[in-house]
Amino acid sequence: MDATIANPTTGTTWNGGGDRPFGASYGKMMMWFFLISDALTFAGFLGAYGFMRFKFIDSWPIADEVFTHVPFTHTPMPMIYVAFMTFILIFSSVTMVLAVDAGHQMKKNKVIVYMLLTIIGGIIFVGSQAWEWKNFIQGDKGAVQLNDGQIIQFVNKDGHQISVDEVAGNYHTERERHTKSEGIWFKKEGNVPLIPLNAVVDGFKHNPNVNVRIEKIDPATKQKVIVSRDQATKLLANAKQVVKGANLKVNEYGKTLFGDFFFFITGFHGFHVTSGIIINLIIFFNVILGTYERRGHYEMVEKVGLYWHFVDLVWVFVFTFFYLV
Amino acid sequence: MTHAESNKALIWKVFGILTIITIIEVVLGIYKPKSLFLTYFLGTSLLNMIFLILTLVKAYYIAWYFMHLKGEKKWFRRAIVWTLVMYISYLSFFLLYEGDSARRMMHLLFN
Repeated sequence: MDATIANPTTGTTWNGGGDRPFGASYGKMMMWFFLISDALTFAGFLGAYGFMRFKFIDSWPIADEVFTHVPFTHTPMPMIYVAFMTFILIFSSVTMVLAVDAGHQMKKNKVIVYMLLTIIGGIIFVGSQAWEWKNFIQGDKGAVQLNDGQIIQFVNKDGHQISVDEVAGNYHTERERHTKSEGIWFKKEGNVPLIPLNAVVDGFKHNPNVNVRIEKIDPATKQKVIVSRDQATKLLANAKQVVKGANLKVNEYGKTLFGDFFFFITGFHGFHVTSGIIINLIIFFNVILGTYERRGHYEMVEKVGLYWHFVDLVWVFVFTFFYLV
Repeated sequence: MTHAESNKALIWKVFGILTIITIIEVVLGIYKPKSLFLTYFLGTSLLNMIFLILTLVKAYYIAWYFMHLKGEKKWFRRAIVWTLVMYISYLSFFLLYEGDSARRMMHLLFN
């Protein structure tokens, strides 16, 4: 029988008095309980995202049109890069579990090598995440936001999205950004949009081959609806601004909430990866210094490993809900 | 504390399984077969259901073999897994249901 009763404590506070309820050490058990609460936090975030997604299911941005960048090429390829990121994280999970395995056998040098590989994998992942953010923030084709907050994008005759620069064409007039050095009383001016709104509207009027695509998704094809030129002209009469890229207030792909949730959830996950790398580094140096060799066991590697696998586990869900579903 | 035996073979096997599942997900995500993508089942497309199941399978392998839940005592494992399964399914069911009802309410009021 695996009965669990509290024994009179004898040891120090930090190891829970040497008790091993459920056959797990105090530290390992607390790591698990922390992970449970952290998992519920992520569940809350992803659940909130799901709520908004179901609320706006007929106008939510299509992830395949947003995350299409792959390094060293300009051909849009959805999924490829994020698949690479997922693979990196899974692989770093494997090296982590190999480090734990080597720790059980008290093979110090193997633990060092595997932990180093894990840390490198984590750094590659965070770097990739930063690159993904950069692409999302910089944007791609640009769009126009209407007064009611709706985002409209431009497509050519074949239904492929074209950039606002292309729509504006020759109607594009440059205006330099004012700087303090050029004026006496002038303090500063925010970013001047590269393309003024009226240039885009004029460009649209003069080019009959350009059509407008609205946020609404056609349930039969799951593609965004392309509206008629008349309707598009009416929509453009209510245009507010040209949008390029994404931030917390607006993004060129559609619903502002999409950007907000993306930044918040992947940011929170990236923060977990970053802290995981730091904790891994601390344990890594402790392994090199021989701390756990002297202690007689490598349980610390196991505990940090639990955290690392948890980060991987969360990414599996983030990957599904942001990129696949 | 020292376990003499090594689980290396098992670890690489689990890695293989996780990689294959990820590849299946990515291929399905790129090609989105129309029969799965446009068929609805329980409020979402069949494809999304497949993604959800594959994700849960991946989560199982990570938790059981990488996080060694398999090796823990039965009730320790249950304290962790049952808690999470219970609360997360409760939370997600109601949030998704309410999200859908918010959409219908919005259409009712503003269209």
